[in-house]
Amino acid sequence: MTLSISHLSSGYSGRAVLEDINVPTIEGGSFVGLIGPNASGKSTLFKTLAGLIKPMSGSIEIDAEDITNLKRKDRSRRVAYMPQAFGCNALLTVFESVLLALKQTSGWRVKSDNLDRVSDTLNALGLSHLSSRGIADLSGGQAQMVAVAQTLVRAPEVILLDEPTSALDLHHQLSIMTSIQTEVGRRKPVVMAALHDLNLAAKFCDRLVLLRDGKVLADGLPADILSLPVIGETYRVETDLEKTHRGALYVDARLPA
Amino acid sequence: MTTDVDSAEMRQAYSKQITRRYIMIAIVTLLLLISFFVDVATGPGKYPLSTVFDVFTDPMSHGVRLKVIVWDYRLPVAVTAVLVGALLAVAGAQMQTILNNPLAEPFTLGVSAAASFGASLAIVLGFSVVPGVGPLLVTVNAFVFALLTCGFILFATRLKGVGSETMILFGIAIFFTFNALLALMQYMASEDQIARIVFWMMGSLSRASWEKISLGTLLLCVAIPFSLYRTWPMTALRMGEATAESMGVDVARLRIEMLICVSLLAATAVSFVGTVGFIGLVGPHIARLLVGEDQRYFVPLSALVGALVLSLTSLISKSITPGIIYPIGIITALIGVPVFVSIILSTRREKLS
Repeated sequence: MTLSISHLSSGYSGRAVLEDINVPTIEGGSFVGLIGPNASGKSTLFKTLAGLIKPMSGSIEIDAEDITNLKRKDRSRRVAYMPQAFGCNALLTVFESVLLALKQTSGWRVKSDNLDRVSDTLNALGLSHLSSRGIADLSGGQAQMVAVAQTLVRAPEVILLDEPTSALDLHHQLSIMTSIQTEVGRRKPVVMAALHDLNLAAKFCDRLVLLRDGKVLADGLPADILSLPVIGETYRVETDLEKTHRGALYVDARLPA
Repeated sequence: MTTDVDSAEMRQAYSKQITRRYIMIAIVTLLLLISFFVDVATGPGKYPLSTVFDVFTDPMSHGVRLKVIVWDYRLPVAVTAVLVGALLAVAGAQMQTILNNPLAEPFTLGVSAAASFGASLAIVLGFSVVPGVGPLLVTVNAFVFALLTCGFILFATRLKGVGSETMILFGIAIFFTFNALLALMQYMASEDQIARIVFWMMGSLSRASWEKISLGTLLLCVAIPFSLYRTWPMTALRMGEATAESMGVDVARLRIEMLICVSLLAATAVSFVGTVGFIGLVGPHIARLLVGEDQRYFVPLSALVGALVLSLTSLISKSITPGIIYPIGIITALIGVPVFVSIILSTRREKLS
């Protein structure tokens, strides 16, 4: 399975936010970090890939098949997108909220294997103890974990996560990224996650795509991308890429003098 | 190994929850049946429950007089109470989901006020929106105005900058507008006409007829299966518009489909019985507390609770003072306003916390 984006332009009401985006062949089983400052077009790219915004031009291909004109329902079966905002006051349990995500594309009746899928997903993300809890009673971090569960449960080919760790504490950041990494290794989907934490991106991602002002500035291995001077320029900071004694990459950033 | 135990537990907890829901639905159904029979059995003429039941199963068993009382007077009223309660509650439940506002229902969105104005046009001016409807003039006018208002709400939801909170304010604007127009009609009306308008506005089950009942039943038989068919996208919509869309739900289309569906329900209900407020609020609110918001259970139970509440209201309306039937609209408002306020307070608390 591969995903490739070529010459993609997209935006809102005629105004282009993304211009000529090219991300050549992402292999299934890779975890791609989408990095870039606020308003660089990360969410717009995800929405376009998920089919919520119609691109102005260009193509999105899964296994050389253009999916831009795929019907919304069929598209959502293959591409799952987790939007940034989460939080609602519906009277649904965590189990139900994950089940409903699965049921959008798997028939009306709840079958036994649907329930298996939901409980497996909750287990994999360490959410089983919250299963019967109301989603309105969750903390911000727990709600975000449930949103990730809603995305993973559908077992799509392409998974797009818009800032999956923004509301999480350190433990939960690592635990959710590890769960995603496990999923990547197990089922071999393409996972793209918009991340603000460059160290987290360096630690977990196989490839980084740097976006600024709706353009791809760099695309490659984390070690290569994070050492580029363009990182500092893009984020308007000064950076050094260091290696910790355990061999992990560490981006040391400070405000310019 | 621990994983397996967890999975089994989770599934068990879920099936327990489902069983509890079926029990809730069974209990409310039973209460509804009881309320319905007691409603048929009570009235100005006192007859034993067994006699009424005999007439119910065999119309001529106790003579023509009882047949007329039970079959031509009491049954249509009792059935209409159940039917209109269900129609209004389903309309309210679905409006609350598509507008993402627990306060939305035909009355708070101004649909009832529009229907009242339509009715008053017919009563005072004899003006008919649809020509050639004859004796159904008042009902048809009310229906058309109710439907137009729903159309306006649909249009308003598509305007930029109209959020879910704003929709209720739109409803209030519609309410004020039609009330002003209604006042104008009353100003122009004769004493007799004013009496008819006021009576219409208070809501009454006495306008029941088997024809209306068949039409209402037919609509409900279309609306509930349709709602059930759309149950998963509607449940997803409870997670918020962005989340539902990300799950592949075409939210704009779902809103239009559902609003057309519930518009017919709401317009039919209010054109049958006049202004009966808050049933669309009370029914779904109680249903939500009993079974949560999985729409597979929530929508049918809303219908049942709405039916139960209006059936009880019908019962109360003739039990307060023997021989007098109070307008049900007054009673539903007295029951509904506290629920309305409690919903406002609970949503405020959620926002604050």
